[in-house]
Amino acid sequence: MDTTIKKDILCSHCGERCPKDPIREEDRVFCCEGCLLVYRLLDSNGLCNYYQLNAHPGINRRMAVRRDKFAFLDDVKIAAGLVSFQNESEVHVQFFLPQIHCSSCLYLLEQLPHLERGVVSSRVDFAAKQVSLILDSKTVSLRKAAELLTSLGYEPYISLKDLGQPKQGVDKGLLLQLGVAGFCFANIMLISFPEYLGLDHSEQAIQRVFRYLNLLFSLPVVFYSARPFYLSAWKGLQHRFLNIDAPIVLAIWVTFIRSIREVVAGSGSGYFDSMAGIVFFMLAGRFLQDRTYRRLSFDRDYRSYFPVAVTVVMPDKATGKESDLIKAMPDIRSGDTLRIFSGELIPADGILTRGKALIDYSFVTGESQPVEKQMGEIVYAGGRQTAAAIEILVVKEVAQSYLTQLWNRKERGGSARNPGGDFSFVHPLSRWFTCIVLAIAAGAAWYWGLRDPGRVWSVVTAVLIVACPCALLLSSTFTNGNLLRILGRHHFYLRNAAVIERVATADHIVFDKTGTLTEARRQEVSYTGEKLTEDQEFLIVTLAAQSSHPLSRMLARRLMEEGRSGAMRGDGSCSILGFRETEGQGVEGFVYGERVALGSLDFIRRMVGDIDKSWGAGGTGTRVYVAIGARAMGCYDISNHYRDGLGELAKAIRGKMPVSVLSGDNNRESKNLQEILGQDTILLFNQTPKGKSRYIEHLQRVGKRVMMIGDGLNDAGALEQSDIGIAVTEDCNNFTPASDAILRADELRRLPVFIRLCQVGKRIILASFILSIFYNLIGLFFAVSGALSPLVAAILMPSSSLTILLVTYSCSNAAARWMRL
Amino acid sequence: MSVIILLLIASLSVALIFLGAFIWSVRNKQFDDDYAPPRRILFDDKPSTTPTTKTNPTNQ
Repeated sequence: MDTTIKKDILCSHCGERCPKDPIREEDRVFCCEGCLLVYRLLDSNGLCNYYQLNAHPGINRRMAVRRDKFAFLDDVKIAAGLVSFQNESEVHVQFFLPQIHCSSCLYLLEQLPHLERGVVSSRVDFAAKQVSLILDSKTVSLRKAAELLTSLGYEPYISLKDLGQPKQGVDKGLLLQLGVAGFCFANIMLISFPEYLGLDHSEQAIQRVFRYLNLLFSLPVVFYSARPFYLSAWKGLQHRFLNIDAPIVLAIWVTFIRSIREVVAGSGSGYFDSMAGIVFFMLAGRFLQDRTYRRLSFDRDYRSYFPVAVTVVMPDKATGKESDLIKAMPDIRSGDTLRIFSGELIPADGILTRGKALIDYSFVTGESQPVEKQMGEIVYAGGRQTAAAIEILVVKEVAQSYLTQLWNRKERGGSARNPGGDFSFVHPLSRWFTCIVLAIAAGAAWYWGLRDPGRVWSVVTAVLIVACPCALLLSSTFTNGNLLRILGRHHFYLRNAAVIERVATADHIVFDKTGTLTEARRQEVSYTGEKLTEDQEFLIVTLAAQSSHPLSRMLARRLMEEGRSGAMRGDGSCSILGFRETEGQGVEGFVYGERVALGSLDFIRRMVGDIDKSWGAGGTGTRVYVAIGARAMGCYDISNHYRDGLGELAKAIRGKMPVSVLSGDNNRESKNLQEILGQDTILLFNQTPKGKSRYIEHLQRVGKRVMMIGDGLNDAGALEQSDIGIAVTEDCNNFTPASDAILRADELRRLPVFIRLCQVGKRIILASFILSIFYNLIGLFFAVSGALSPLVAAILMPSSSLTILLVTYSCSNAAARWMRL
Repeated sequence: MSVIILLLIASLSVALIFLGAFIWSVRNKQFDDDYAPPRRILFDDKPSTTPTTKTNPTNQ
């Protein structure tokens, strides 16, 4: 349908917009050679089902992967870290493929054995985005398998962190505990029925059997299923903190001991069903709340960003020649010479010894313009080389480089966020609750002690059983669990339930600019001036492609990407005469005999004289003027592209809480930002990563609860320092720094709604808690008067649990629907 | 009355079998990935032998 509205031709393989003259094959169109190659490979193997399952399932192949990129997999040491099993004939290996997104991916990846005979079997774990391969080690190496995947567009993502660390699986314990609790609860209920309905005296033998069976079924509940509560309560006590699980453990054990006593003495049937019931419901709530987003990683550190291995240039003393050696990252020593290819991350601080570096430090500083470095200059780790291959001499090892220090500082400092479990408003509430219950129990004990001392024990235990704060726990776990689910559906993933409350209470929002408010890979280029012909555009691209200045390169890339047919021909390889670049001013040269110049206003004015001032007047970015021949033609305005809906976002937040924007960039965009976000927004430019986290610390010192929203590694410190750190990412699976929450970039404009939902969640918890108190009051009435029969408990407790469940679930869903989530 | 005891034993052993099945399925990672298996079953085991388009030899 997009094709009809936009009149764009979409690539059959990857679904991206095709250039004006797409490649056609049979009835399909392709945007680039890469996509076409994958199609031919699949077609010749009869795997075109790939295209029938989903429209445009492929992954764009325009960016070619360097040929020897996976050469490091030949290294035995590195390979050993990835392989899960190995014998003479077989190798079992798992690759993380972040590109997996649809059933076509599943189909293609599981058909790998048809493409490559050496792949014995291939199985995809969709939730984890992993493929498990069994390789015939004689015919296919790890490297070859990785290259096969890459050739299909599924480039494996291998990080240092993967090596030598056990793969994390889901926590199956909780699911098993829940299942066992449910099983026991249902059976105890069933077996209790005859007694509730009334048994004759003649059937006492059966009654005894039933009671002992219940006792038997309650054992796994108490000793296995309820274990998470013991652990949590114990952890709280160790930190001298009475959390909500402590009174629950007390209630479970009081019920259990009293029930055993009754059964053994033959005086009653006990409260096994109520006990198993609350354990089951509480586990169900906890299970919902502790859902894990398995494919997301909230705990990335610098190791996940750095390459696994790098190419080290080894001088051979005998011949004087140089040879390349692939070395694993941790083995890099200072004094080594590294070869960094285009698009690769610089892993260690070093001195540039060969080639011209054009380094994109947006990862580290947030500054989006690449920096040019000459031979002999120091390059810092974390930058991405964007021009041709360079060589650097390592002066500081990876573990001591600037970027790593940023992380280590943080680790030492630690976060003071969660001392001894999560501080939630639920815990103090439960403490009050517990105190009141204990007071009531004491009062009842005193009253019955005077009148009928024999009933003190039964009344006190009945009070503790019936007043267990399980409803409070249920209301928070079910509400939070449901909110997590709703938010996750809108690509706002929270690390755990405690984050919900922190989102709700934040009162200052700090945004990072580059990559968060702006789209990292998208710059807007707009042209004003005399209309350019295709040939003239071609001249401009040709000239711009020759220059290494970031603006020229961006201009060239953008024009080529826009697929103007004139620009398409400009591959930058043709000869230019008299090419001259004036530092910080502009470039000029004769392209096909035509004099072309690109540069600043002054630069062009010096060349051709007068320039129309109105060109680019409406623009906000950097201007590049163009002159062809002896005439000024016009002006390109290159500006950051702000995400859509930013105005709405600002409008929704305005007045509710203050907003700050931190940027590693210069203040060029200041006016523009102020316009979009409002005049009262605090803007701070030229911020270092350290400066960002210091600013947040400063806000916290004046009592603010800061929500930091950032994207890159450079924000990691600030994200950690803030009360709640949200990582904004284009692709949830990749490259998110350590954070409390991950938000997909195109949902950023909904942030105010998300915050609002979290605030409503708190109210829902309170409301359902008040509701549960009513149940508790009824129960307490029975308990205090000494008339709590197992039947009353068996009706009261599950029905209160079910009511809470229904109320929290339907309220949070209604709230979400009302907010159009 | 012994018939009730008999029935109880029968029903409990059935229930225990299902509990065992549940524990086995959790341990067997059947709850790990809920996306792939229902789709996997729809795929043909073998790719179609004839390419959908006539591939001309120069493409190879």
